[in-house]
Amino acid sequence: MTQHNNQQAQRKAAMAVLAHAEAGEIAARLRALALPAHQELRAPENGLVMLRGRVGGDGAPFNLGEATVSRAAVRLASGEVGFGYALGRDGEKARLIALCDALAQSSDFGEAVERDVIAPLREQLMIQRKQAAAETAATKVDFYTMVRGEG
Amino acid sequence: MYVAVKGGERAIENAHRLLANARRGDQSVSEVTLDQISEQLGLAVDRVMSEGSLYDRELAALAIKQARGDLIEAIFLVRAFRATLPRFGTSEPVDTGAMRVQRRVSATFKDIPGGQILGPTFDYTHRLLDPSLAEGFVPEVPATAQASTAPTPRVTDILGRDGLIESSPRAEDGASVGDLTREPLNFPADRDLRLQNLARGDEGFLLAMGYSTQRGYGRNHPFVGEIRFGEVEVEFFAEDVGFAVPLGSIELTECQMVNQFKGSATEAPCFTRGYGLAFGQSERKTMSMALVDRALRARELGEEVGAPAQDEEFVMSHSDNVQATGFVEHLKLPHYVDFQSELGLLRKLRKEFAEANAPDAMKEAAE
Repeated sequence: MTQHNNQQAQRKAAMAVLAHAEAGEIAARLRALALPAHQELRAPENGLVMLRGRVGGDGAPFNLGEATVSRAAVRLASGEVGFGYALGRDGEKARLIALCDALAQSSDFGEAVERDVIAPLREQLMIQRKQAAAETAATKVDFYTMVRGEG
Repeated sequence: MYVAVKGGERAIENAHRLLANARRGDQSVSEVTLDQISEQLGLAVDRVMSEGSLYDRELAALAIKQARGDLIEAIFLVRAFRATLPRFGTSEPVDTGAMRVQRRVSATFKDIPGGQILGPTFDYTHRLLDPSLAEGFVPEVPATAQASTAPTPRVTDILGRDGLIESSPRAEDGASVGDLTREPLNFPADRDLRLQNLARGDEGFLLAMGYSTQRGYGRNHPFVGEIRFGEVEVEFFAEDVGFAVPLGSIELTECQMVNQFKGSATEAPCFTRGYGLAFGQSERKTMSMALVDRALRARELGEEVGAPAQDEEFVMSHSDNVQATGFVEHLKLPHYVDFQSELGLLRKLRKEFAEANAPDAMKEAAE
C-alpha cells in the first residue's frame, strides 16, 4: 500500500511538471530514450473542466468558470497504462504526458524517464519560478517611519 | 398577415466580406498575431477569459482579434465556443492561500506576513500618456531581490484566528455546488450561485453596482483586506487515473473585502466579508465583485434591503453582458411584422381619436 502511495505521489509530481512544459520540450527530452512499443488507449481529446474556488478562499466551493483541457491515455506493450491531462487544447502534449506516465510506472523505464525527462523539465520550471519570484520580491514595500518634528 | 422577408442573403454575405476587410484594416499595416494580443493586450485577454467564463488565453486572443477588439463580442464568441466541447468534470477547489503571489497588497494592515508586494501595477503611475511607448520601446530589465520563502497567508485567515472576522461558510455535508450553466437561475439564490454569476458578470456593471454601495445605496463600509494576484495549481480528480491529476496552473486575482461588523446578544461583534475571484489580473473586477457579494448578503446579515446592489434578482438578472447585449441588440434585427401590427393599431387609435374629437374641434373652429 505504501509502495502504491509512493508511486502515486511520484506520478503526480511528474504530471505537475509535465503539465507546465510545452509539447515540443517533452518530445525533445523523450528523444533521449529508446522508447518501447506502445499504443494509444485513448486518442487525445479536448474538453472542459469546471474550475472551482472557495467562498472567502477557504469556505464552501463554488464554480468559477471553465478551462479547456486535453487528455489522452497510452498503453505500453508491457501493459502499463499512462494518463495525460493538461490545461489547453494541445492533444499531442496530453499524449506525451500519458506516455511519460506509462513509462514512469515501468520498472525498465521508470528511472530513465525521471532522469532524462522529468528532472530536467523540473529544473527548468524551478529556474523560471525563481526568476519570477525574484522580480516580484523587488516590488516588496519596505516601510520606514519618518521622524515627525513635534517642535 | 404574414409578411415574407426574403432577399437579404446577398447583402448579408457581402456585408460579412466587407466586415472581414474592415477587421483587417489597411493591409499595408502588419497583421496582429494571437501571441501579440496575448502578450501585449494581456488584460483584455484576462477580461475575455473571466466574462467568457473560459480559461484559454489563445482562444480569448482569437476572439479579440475576430471581434475587432470589441470585448463583449469576444466574450460572446468564447461563450459560444464553450458549448462545442464536452465537460470532463469539475476541478478540486483551487487553494488561493498557496498562490505563487505576483502581487499582494492589504489596505488594512501595513505589516502582514509575506509583506506588501506591489507587482506589475498601474497604481502610483501618473496616468500621463507616454509617447516613448508609441514605437520601439524596450523596457528596462526587471529589478530582482532575494525572494522570501516565508508563506503569504491570506490576511483574512490571520484576522480569523482572533475571531475578529467571520469565518467563511463551510460546505454542508453532501451539498451539491450550484451551476448556472446547467440549471436555470432561481431566487433566492445561494452564495455559490451568486459568486458564479458575479465571476462571469460584466465588469462595468459590477463596477457601477459596487460604486453605488460606496455612494450610499446599500452602504457597508468596505476596506480591502487583501488583493492578491498570481498562479495557483489546478487539480482534477480523474476517475480513470484514480487520483487528483495536476492540470497545470492558472492566473487568478482574489479580493477579500472586510466590511462593517455585526454582532448580536449571542455573538460577539466581528467584521463581515465580501469575496471576489476572477481569471487573470482583474483587480477592478474582483474588487467590484467583492463589494456586490457583500451587498447581496444584506438579507442574511439582517440588514435593511432596499438598494439595487442588495437585490439579488436585479443584480443577477442583469450582470451577464452576453444576455444583456443579446436582448438590447436584437432590437436592430428586422421587426417588420411586429412593427406593422403596432402601426396598424396606432392608425386605428388615431382614427378613433380623430373621430371622437372632430366635432369639438370643428365647434372650436366655428367659434
